[in-house]
Amino acid sequence: MSENNIPIVDVSDQPEPAADCVERWEPESGQACGQDASPQSRRDFVKAAAVSTTALMGTAALVTGSDDAEANTTWAEHFQGNYRLMSEEEKAQALDRLEKRYSLEYDKDVTVDGTEAQDNVLFGYALNIQKCTGCRRCVKACVQENNQSRGDEQEIEWIRVLKMEKGEFTQEKLQDGYPGDYGIQVGGNAYSASGVVLEGEHYYQPDKVPEDDSHYMPIACMQCEKPPCVKVCPVRTTYREADGPVVVDYNWCIGCRMCIGACPYWARRFNWGEPNLPKEEMNPKTHYLGNRPRMKGVVEKCTFCIQRTRQGRYPACVEVCPVGARKFGNLLDPESEVRRVLARKRVFRLKAEMNTYPKFFYYVD
Amino acid sequence: MKTMIQFVVDYWSYIFKGGRQYYIWLGFLALLLVPWAYGNYMQFTQGMIVTGLTDQVSWGLYLANFVFLVGVAAGAVTIIFPGYVYKFEPLHKVAVLGEMLAIAAVIMCILFVLSHMARPDRLWHMIPIIGIYNFPHSMLTWDTMVLVGYLLLNLVCGFYYLYKKYTGKPLNNKFYLPLIFISIVWALSIHTVTAFLINTMPARPMWHHGMMPIRFISTAFAAGPALIIVIFQIIRSNTALWIEDKALDMLSTIVVACLSIGLFLTMSEVVTELYHPTEHSGGLRYLMFGAHGLNNLVPWFWGSLIAMLSGWFLLLVPRIRKNYKVLPYICVMIFLGIWVEKGMGLLIPGSIPTPIGEFAQYSPTLIEIANCVGNWALGFIILTILLKGAIGVLLGDVKFAK
Repeated sequence: MSENNIPIVDVSDQPEPAADCVERWEPESGQACGQDASPQSRRDFVKAAAVSTTALMGTAALVTGSDDAEANTTWAEHFQGNYRLMSEEEKAQALDRLEKRYSLEYDKDVTVDGTEAQDNVLFGYALNIQKCTGCRRCVKACVQENNQSRGDEQEIEWIRVLKMEKGEFTQEKLQDGYPGDYGIQVGGNAYSASGVVLEGEHYYQPDKVPEDDSHYMPIACMQCEKPPCVKVCPVRTTYREADGPVVVDYNWCIGCRMCIGACPYWARRFNWGEPNLPKEEMNPKTHYLGNRPRMKGVVEKCTFCIQRTRQGRYPACVEVCPVGARKFGNLLDPESEVRRVLARKRVFRLKAEMNTYPKFFYYVD
Repeated sequence: MKTMIQFVVDYWSYIFKGGRQYYIWLGFLALLLVPWAYGNYMQFTQGMIVTGLTDQVSWGLYLANFVFLVGVAAGAVTIIFPGYVYKFEPLHKVAVLGEMLAIAAVIMCILFVLSHMARPDRLWHMIPIIGIYNFPHSMLTWDTMVLVGYLLLNLVCGFYYLYKKYTGKPLNNKFYLPLIFISIVWALSIHTVTAFLINTMPARPMWHHGMMPIRFISTAFAAGPALIIVIFQIIRSNTALWIEDKALDMLSTIVVACLSIGLFLTMSEVVTELYHPTEHSGGLRYLMFGAHGLNNLVPWFWGSLIAMLSGWFLLLVPRIRKNYKVLPYICVMIFLGIWVEKGMGLLIPGSIPTPIGEFAQYSPTLIEIANCVGNWALGFIILTILLKGAIGVLLGDVKFAK
């Protein structure tokens, strides 16, 4: 691998990737990190809408017979409509409710952003499989950024890195066959005899990456232009946003898991139990459709870090990748990195025969 | 109106007029609801984590039973169709019992869907106007529609017939017969749409073929009448209602015919998939032979195949088919064979391997099994009560007295 100029990365003694936005990236829009104005202006809007908010809360208090703030917000949350169909005012109330509940729950000042898609933006992603070393920093950074459940009982990761074995052709094994006993040898990444995985092993635990006999293929949600998961949802809780990502309104999901069945990329994860998100590890900068804490019985998936990218920042996985294998940008902007990759590199999409038209591209130099 | 209230009262009080065996049967079923209540409580409070389901295999026993029971509900039409279309009198007389079975089976379907949903508290999101009903895009909305429609059709047809019998007045055929014929076509639609629910997913190659609906219907029309034969024989030997031998013969002929088609389609699939197995045959190969040393489903597949094949062979022989002592046992064997074939044999390997090629085994937890058994028990309680009242009306025990 060294002749390809890919650095050998020792997984064990690298520092933990930083989840917050540091000076590493200058956002393309020129806006400074985390200093967007929208949450503030939204809060003003909430004040303007205070009358109806109070009215709603009052009703909730009457029904529950309690004036406990958390109980009331939760109560109202149970009866809110589908986020996409809410009026501006209802959206503001929903965000405010969540901010209050999360702040109480996680003992910190949590913001729940509702920034909408911008015009003339279509997010796209490109991944250089030639460069990927399989270090899985992207996986870890994603979990820190996006508040997934962690721990032994329920560990949720949106990115999985598939280890693709190179295979072998040898004189000694001519009669053995690999993996079966058919006398046929298989080169390339076609089969692994190890037991669990046919195409790509994603539970690999080596001391060092990359391993000599493998290359790596990270997968996550492909943000399809024709997403099969969206079509099958009986309540339209999952839908494609105007700037491209397929998102989930966690409060509207009924947990039927049709979308998990329909996804050809195994990109969706389910909260089988109550998610385990330690207070101190919780990322307080959230978006309603993105990394806000989830509840049990709902589906979740990669959103291209909607809470970051709509503020002109890169997704956490792009930021953390030590070899620069991950590129992200606006597909409608001919000068964006991702468009330049599409123009100059050899690009392919995963399972193109599915006609899902992913906005996640793979390429080699 | 007063007559109608009287009907409900009489029907209801007749339900409690049973012998010791009747009460033992109901008591046994009720006993199964104790672990069911606990299981449901655990699943509702802890979440689906108490089941054996994972991100890899996210549809399991609940949906497997659901798919099978849709078939049983549709299978009730094997009484209605000969009875009304071919005016086959032995079945025409007792057609209402088929409607009662359909009602109970659809209710069981709904119970299994409720068990499958991780957020039953949010089901109102699916109700049009107050929620969003993603029609016509989502196949699940089609399925909900046809199932609810079938339930209503059978409730109306069944109880209209019983009510008229109860009051002794003639049926209004202009109202009744069109509904009966609609319900016959509708029965086909429920199982067709249930097949569409899973075979419209290219991500799951094992299900993604056009043969699925007809295979569903053919095995359903074998499992449904197989169950009905058993029920009829229980009714024959325990109540005054005599169901003619000819009715049983007709049903067992339907079982043989439909099972033949079902087995033929299974063979077609096996040959097509395994002659040159591609990655898309992974599910079927895992089901039949196991893969990489993982072979949970292998005994189920072969057991089910043996049950269906031997049941089919036995029923082909008229002497055995008309031996009413062994007939119910063969029917139970076929019923169980199809239950495994359509449940564990179809639903679960659809998810194995996953779309990225991972083989992950699924084994249901005790809570999951308790919930399934409880759903069946509750369904059978409903079925018993419905049949009891209907038999009372047919016998004239439940009758309007001025």
